[in-house]
Amino acid sequence: MRMSASLRICAAATALAACAGAPVAERHFSSEGELREVQAVLKRDIHARGSATLARLEPDALQQACNLNGNAPPEALARQLEAEQMAAIRYPAGSLAGDWRRGEQIAQSGRGLQWNDGPKDVGGGSCYNCHELAPQEASFGTLGPSLRGFGKLRGNTPEMQKYAYGRIYNSKAFNLCSQMPRLGQSGTLSEQQIRDLVAYLLDPESPVNR
Amino acid sequence: MHRIAALALALAAAAGAPCALAQDAKTEIEKYQQMIADSSPVELFELQGETLWSKRQGPKNASLEHCDLGLGAGVLKGAYAQLPRYFRDADRVMDLETRLLHCMTTLQGRSREDATRRVFGNEDKPSEMEYLSAYIAAQSRGSPMAPGTAHPREAAAYELGRKLFFYRAGPWDFSCASCHGEPGKRIRMQELPVLSTRAGAGPVVATWPAYRVSNSQFKTMQWRINDCYRQMRMPEPTYASDLTVALATYLTVTGKGDLYRGPGTKR
Repeated sequence: MRMSASLRICAAATALAACAGAPVAERHFSSEGELREVQAVLKRDIHARGSATLARLEPDALQQACNLNGNAPPEALARQLEAEQMAAIRYPAGSLAGDWRRGEQIAQSGRGLQWNDGPKDVGGGSCYNCHELAPQEASFGTLGPSLRGFGKLRGNTPEMQKYAYGRIYNSKAFNLCSQMPRLGQSGTLSEQQIRDLVAYLLDPESPVNR
Repeated sequence: MHRIAALALALAAAAGAPCALAQDAKTEIEKYQQMIADSSPVELFELQGETLWSKRQGPKNASLEHCDLGLGAGVLKGAYAQLPRYFRDADRVMDLETRLLHCMTTLQGRSREDATRRVFGNEDKPSEMEYLSAYIAAQSRGSPMAPGTAHPREAAAYELGRKLFFYRAGPWDFSCASCHGEPGKRIRMQELPVLSTRAGAGPVVATWPAYRVSNSQFKTMQWRINDCYRQMRMPEPTYASDLTVALATYLTVTGKGDLYRGPGTKR
């Protein structure tokens, strides 16, 4: 594995304050040309199946920036692309909090957008695949941070509902190369489903907060 | 099979226990893994594969017994452990399944379409590739995993596989590294090996192909890669394509060195 440029700088000057706390980006592509090579292989060796069409392989500016920069693009580019993602979030009118009971089912379900999911199958948020939420559910993943007691710690305010809605709709608006899927933007979850998840996270009656 | 079902229930009970018992659950899972390995039906797949290896098929009414898996025509001992590797006759890097497909089309005269009609089986009816993979991989037990690395095409396959591993794409912006890039992570209760490291990839490539108790099926490495793309919400990688072989090469070279101890038995 090649040492990334930033890692080398840090290794050479560990005392420099500029390096303290900075994420160490490991870059796997050195040019847009290298990205194009991989994209060409994907297009050649991958075929459409079910709802999973080849259009899904078209990279957007965000994926290009994250791939090219080891998931740590230059600050200015990251802020600009985050702002674009943020501007594309569509918040519904009225309350952003739905029904936490339905939200629980959505958090449990890992279906949706796979080539074996039928067009009428209702997708889920796959939340438990990566996050701890309600203490009763012991089968949770750890790829994302624990969200246990999420609303208890933060309060069920309109501001917090808006934050949670936006974060589920498009996590990349907050952290450009976040590993969390853009669940609203990608069409994985509907407006109503995201509202139900907001309630699941924030409602004081939700098992997440009890 | 009943015993396996009972164990699965025990595991489900352990997995459903409250969080404070997570460590106990982990111990239970380890015990369960040992038990499933002891009662694995892998041998049955190996026997069926042996029959298929010598069965005459296709327009040429030929068996696969003269198939050269890299160590000479018909040599099976240790052959799987030296794959993927470059094959001059096909001018390609090939993994086991890609090579078997090559032998089916050249030796048996079958069309690619015929030979790939059903490469991934199910509980009721495993596939020819699954049986053959079980049989051939088993002949490498005790051999160190030593895929090809010296030929420029092997180096190129590794390099392409490495890039594919880290390339984020699709509606969920996932790469292989999204799930297999950080130590100590899980999806639900399933621990995730870091496949870009020797420590993470070693035990994986030394135990695939494998029998999966959760769905009573024997699965190959081509299937494993295919199913990751499904879960990444991508369209489907073509069976035995350069893309899948490159990923298999990257994983196998990254994890090389362990003695092969498969076909494995997974949860």
